[in-house]
Amino acid sequence: MTSPPAFRLLPEVTPETQAFWTGGESGELRIHRCRSCRRWFHPPMPACFHCRSREVGPEVASGRATVAAYTVNQHPWFDGFPPPYVVAIVELDDEPGVRLTTNIVDCAVEDVEAGLPVEVVFEHRDDVWLPLFRPVTA
Amino acid sequence: MTFVEDRAVISGVGQSAIGRKLGRTGWDLGVEAALNAIADAGLSPDDIDGVASYPGPVGAEGGFVGATTHDIRNALGLKSSWYTSGVETAGQIGTLLDACAMVASGRATHVLAFRSVWESTAQAAMGRAKAITGHMTRASGHTAWRVPFGAASAANWIGMYAQRYMHEHGLTREQMGNVSLNARRNAALNPNAIFTAPITIEDYLAARMISWPFGLLDCDVPADGATAIIISRREATAGLRRPPLTIESAGSAMYERHSWDQRHDLTTMAAHDVAHAMWAGTSLTAVDVDFATLYDGFSYLTLQWIDAFGFAEHGKAGVFMEDLDRFSKDGDFPINTHGGQLSGGRLHGYGFVHEACVQLWGDAGDRQITKDVEVAAVGVGGGPEAGCMLLRREG
Repeated sequence: MTSPPAFRLLPEVTPETQAFWTGGESGELRIHRCRSCRRWFHPPMPACFHCRSREVGPEVASGRATVAAYTVNQHPWFDGFPPPYVVAIVELDDEPGVRLTTNIVDCAVEDVEAGLPVEVVFEHRDDVWLPLFRPVTA
Repeated sequence: MTFVEDRAVISGVGQSAIGRKLGRTGWDLGVEAALNAIADAGLSPDDIDGVASYPGPVGAEGGFVGATTHDIRNALGLKSSWYTSGVETAGQIGTLLDACAMVASGRATHVLAFRSVWESTAQAAMGRAKAITGHMTRASGHTAWRVPFGAASAANWIGMYAQRYMHEHGLTREQMGNVSLNARRNAALNPNAIFTAPITIEDYLAARMISWPFGLLDCDVPADGATAIIISRREATAGLRRPPLTIESAGSAMYERHSWDQRHDLTTMAAHDVAHAMWAGTSLTAVDVDFATLYDGFSYLTLQWIDAFGFAEHGKAGVFMEDLDRFSKDGDFPINTHGGQLSGGRLHGYGFVHEACVQLWGDAGDRQITKDVEVAAVGVGGGPEAGCMLLRREG
């Protein structure tokens, strides 16, 4: 997609997910991280599923990622969100296996491929900043 | 070494009418399937002392919840020693597997397990997209991580897994299309199937794209219909209509977080966890399986079950699917002889259990598998939802 769709069904913001959905206000991709074992994880939970430490919280991730898998959606699921657009699972450079489902933007749909390096860009709507990803520019 | 010490068996199965826009409710279809299954087992409703269903009273619209456990209990006035429903369970058959354990432990003797949907009728007016997002004002739960990005459908979520398998293992759309062609060819012999007109690989490739790599013919079809399975304690089946089917093994495992995008290997699914657990519970192996019924809400999911059960080496499910003749009723390894959900209609999991039982009993009519069959593998679900069974007919 080259321009934002007229409509997105926004996420419910919960105490656990508020840092994630609002980090974009400061240009920050905030991902939960364990203060004991230092592993990143997503989605946010009140414990580290690796070491079970409860000393966890959001930290600022690099915002760099790699496309792990994608689909080009061609079906009009929502009025105001016209196809085609790319939905992708991206894997954060900060830790292998920590992934976000997102859109790939600023890129022709046919140019998306697994392995594509991408970087975060935020789309602000209402009280949330959606982390989208575009091909790395620099 | 058998599932729940061999104390629970399948004693009967039944379905309602199945079709598109039947104009009947999920309750009505559920009652019809339940009474048919009870009669098939040679039981009366008064013999049924347990009830299990999927998914229970979850907040879904569009005919996804045809009937809950209490709906059918109430409609038929069933006196229950035990009852349940659930969605946080091993695919659509999770509570059916729980019922086996309850029967084995003595909590119930004959359990009615069922799944009812009336998505075709219920969505006729509202449209599929509205059925998915309903009247949500915000996306919550796991959908909060997907729906804001326009990923409203499982076609999007599972399409990404299929793309990754193509990327890593060279799966082609033509190979995946064989799942759809197999279902359609087999459906032609099933009088209850929804789509029976033959399709070619050219038709498949030309079909409208939904979400790459899934076109319209990779997606199953919303249907109206209910399926019921009777689980009985083995010693309570003497004198009943059917020779009981042994549940040789079953899988309800989940070794990772329940997630649509965090599984460590995106070329596997929860199917691999339950298949691993199922094989760990039996001395039988993949070569002992005579035929299989494998979930196909999307074509790719059948390939996942082939991969998970080990019918093909990991990564080779597409190659395995290339010789279509193998998978018909006359083939050496029939798959989805009823047409699956792709052509038979989305009965949401239970249809695969029903078909396996009917084939093992030799009651499949025109679509009865030609060779003698004793062992069936049943895989149900996709993504993080999965449950499976290995069924066996005694001698």
